Amino acid sequence: MSDILLQIDGREVKAKEGMTILEAALSSGIFIPTLCHHEKLEPYGACRICTVEIESRGRTRFVAACLYPVEENLVVRTRSEKVDRIRKMILELLLAHAPDAPALQDLAQEYGADKDRFEKESSFCILCGLCVRYCAEVKKKNAIGFVDRGARREINFIPEIASKECWNCKECFSLCPTEALQAAYFLTEALAFPSPSFEPASEE
Amino acid sequence: MPRINSPAELEELRKGILSKRDPDKPCIAICAGISCLALGNDRVISAFEEEIKKQSLEAKVDIRATGCHGFCEKGPNVVIYPEEICYIEVTPEDVPEIVSQTVIGKKVIDRLIYADPNTGEKAAHQSEIPFYKNQTRHLISNNTKIDPKSIDDYLALGGYSALSKALFEMTTEQVLEEIKKANLRGRGGGGFPAGLKWETARNAPGEEKYVIVNAHEGEPGAFMDRALFTGNPHNVLEGLIIGAYAIGSHQGFIYTRHDTPQLRDNIDIALTQAEEYGLLGENILGSGFNFNVEVHLDIGIFVSGESSALMRSIEGKTPEPRPKYIRTSVSGIWGKPSNLNNVETWANVPQIINKGSEWYTSIGTERSKGTKLISLSGNICNTGVVEVPMGTSLREIVYDIGGGIPNGKKLKAIHFGGPMGGSIPESLLDTPLDFDELAKLGAPMGAGGMLVMDEDTNMVDVARFFLNFLTDESCGKCVPCREGIRQMLKILTNISEGKGKEGDIELLEELSEVMGEASLCALGKTASDPVLSTLRYFRDEYEAHIKEKKCPA
Repeated sequence: MSDILLQIDGREVKAKEGMTILEAALSSGIFIPTLCHHEKLEPYGACRICTVEIESRGRTRFVAACLYPVEENLVVRTRSEKVDRIRKMILELLLAHAPDAPALQDLAQEYGADKDRFEKESSFCILCGLCVRYCAEVKKKNAIGFVDRGARREINFIPEIASKECWNCKECFSLCPTEALQAAYFLTEALAFPSPSFEPASEE
Repeated sequence: MPRINSPAELEELRKGILSKRDPDKPCIAICAGISCLALGNDRVISAFEEEIKKQSLEAKVDIRATGCHGFCEKGPNVVIYPEEICYIEVTPEDVPEIVSQTVIGKKVIDRLIYADPNTGEKAAHQSEIPFYKNQTRHLISNNTKIDPKSIDDYLALGGYSALSKALFEMTTEQVLEEIKKANLRGRGGGGFPAGLKWETARNAPGEEKYVIVNAHEGEPGAFMDRALFTGNPHNVLEGLIIGAYAIGSHQGFIYTRHDTPQLRDNIDIALTQAEEYGLLGENILGSGFNFNVEVHLDIGIFVSGESSALMRSIEGKTPEPRPKYIRTSVSGIWGKPSNLNNVETWANVPQIINKGSEWYTSIGTERSKGTKLISLSGNICNTGVVEVPMGTSLREIVYDIGGGIPNGKKLKAIHFGGPMGGSIPESLLDTPLDFDELAKLGAPMGAGGMLVMDEDTNMVDVARFFLNFLTDESCGKCVPCREGIRQMLKILTNISEGKGKEGDIELLEELSEVMGEASLCALGKTASDPVLSTLRYFRDEYEAHIKEKKCPA
């Protein structure tokens, strides 16, 4: 793997071929905010909070830093007027669903996002997919998944799998940026196994 | 069926088929396209079969259930050969009269032919009806001459001669060069040069490469691809095999809808027949070139027509788009170079190989070559599938072919490109049909769905309608698309219900910017285009809704 030289925020940065902008930035101590990114998981590119401005082959574009592969002489700006505007709007859109999510508070302050800009529609979940992907990619259990699409998309535990797998795991709880996941799990549990003497199902 | 092992054997087979066909033998070509079927054409077809049997004419008259003729507005359509007499709005009750009067008696039945609603002028032949007369039908015209379930019908019209030419008289480089010189641009919406895409896939590292027909056509108001593919499946297949040869692919996929059984049947039959003749599979026509095709069906989601989502779907995964920072022509299905073109793009290939790029580039404008299929619908007299040279003005399409606006109404706007397209006002009606001209105006051609709207149309509602569609059809993965559409729809609903407020327009524009720049795929990036184009040309309507709480339309 050969070294690639690129410029991030005016600094010369050395990266390896196949790295993403985010990886190159982090390795040089440059911070780019993320919500759906996790080093153990495949890059996903859903939250778009890591959007950065790049200049490549004479064109200025906005790309997701967690996905865009580094290239020689690439110029990256992690903050610009427009990048900030995009991040502010993304945060405001998310705050309509999860106004008290811990992961959003500092970012909201940083980018001046107004949590009341859009009418509240509290689902508490921002659909970052960390739980879904962690369960699929790391635990390989698929006990939680996305249901439906578009504006109706949501996460759901699959009771048949969750009843066997989640009781002793719950590793995804700590990944959740909104603290809504735990609630979703207990809701599933309550609905699927209403008996007060609930016991985890035995292995088949 | 005999297997064909060389170009000479193909020509021999063709001669054999033609020698058994008498061009003077009467043939009743009945449209079995989706629109005509919905109008009851299956009963018309049965009525013809019964009548021919009743009059013991089986040996003297052929019946052909064909693909879409194009004039959907006046279906069920029937054409009587060899005179090419065109009957419209045919019912089963008309059938005995058609057989005895026209097929046998060679007389035209006056009440079944087209009459111009304005002048009353009658037209008995396709070539005289304004809807057909003003078109240039290189792709769709064979539909009336072919039973899609018969490969022999396609061969009789010279089918697979382009494949034979490509395999035996041209190198793979020459085929690629011809497509590049023809400047064939992708008909699926992007208008990206097909030749360059092919070249990227061809040069991409890796032995295994795929070619794909995108026959998803999920855009509401677009129905030309299924008309072409259902009516003439071998035309598309021949183009695909030629493309595979040029790219160096031995595996093709056809991705289509689960809800068009007719199309699927015709594709399956076409693949089987082509394989039996040795035009598909191992050692095609004895050339040593191998190529197989698999059919995949969608699960009814709009976004699965997007190239990367489509490829994930073929892999057996959820059809969610992935970012294309690395092109699918380099890394597509299972990470292998995958060249995707839509139905109409592939269908253009055989004629380019047969007639040459010079012929092809003589049609069209400077940067948009060839003809384009258009699905004409909305407030227009003649709904249907239209084929015109690129560069034809929208005015010609609306008035000369489409017959104008019904009920004496005025034209207000034309919308191109479906839910992620744009609307332009009547004042721009002299714009030529051209990828770049229309894109500049904010109404990119898309796949070719052309929706005509009359003066009663509320443009805020138009934008709201498309966003309502997209809020269900976005995959919901990325925030700008999922949440942006949700908020835009709320604002537009408020505006059209008279609850709009100051600042709404600016907020719509702000949301558009973020969605356009930061969304993951083309759906999100262009979801706000109907809003932007209606704001660009009909801003006063938005303002009237907000300030005066009323709709000017």
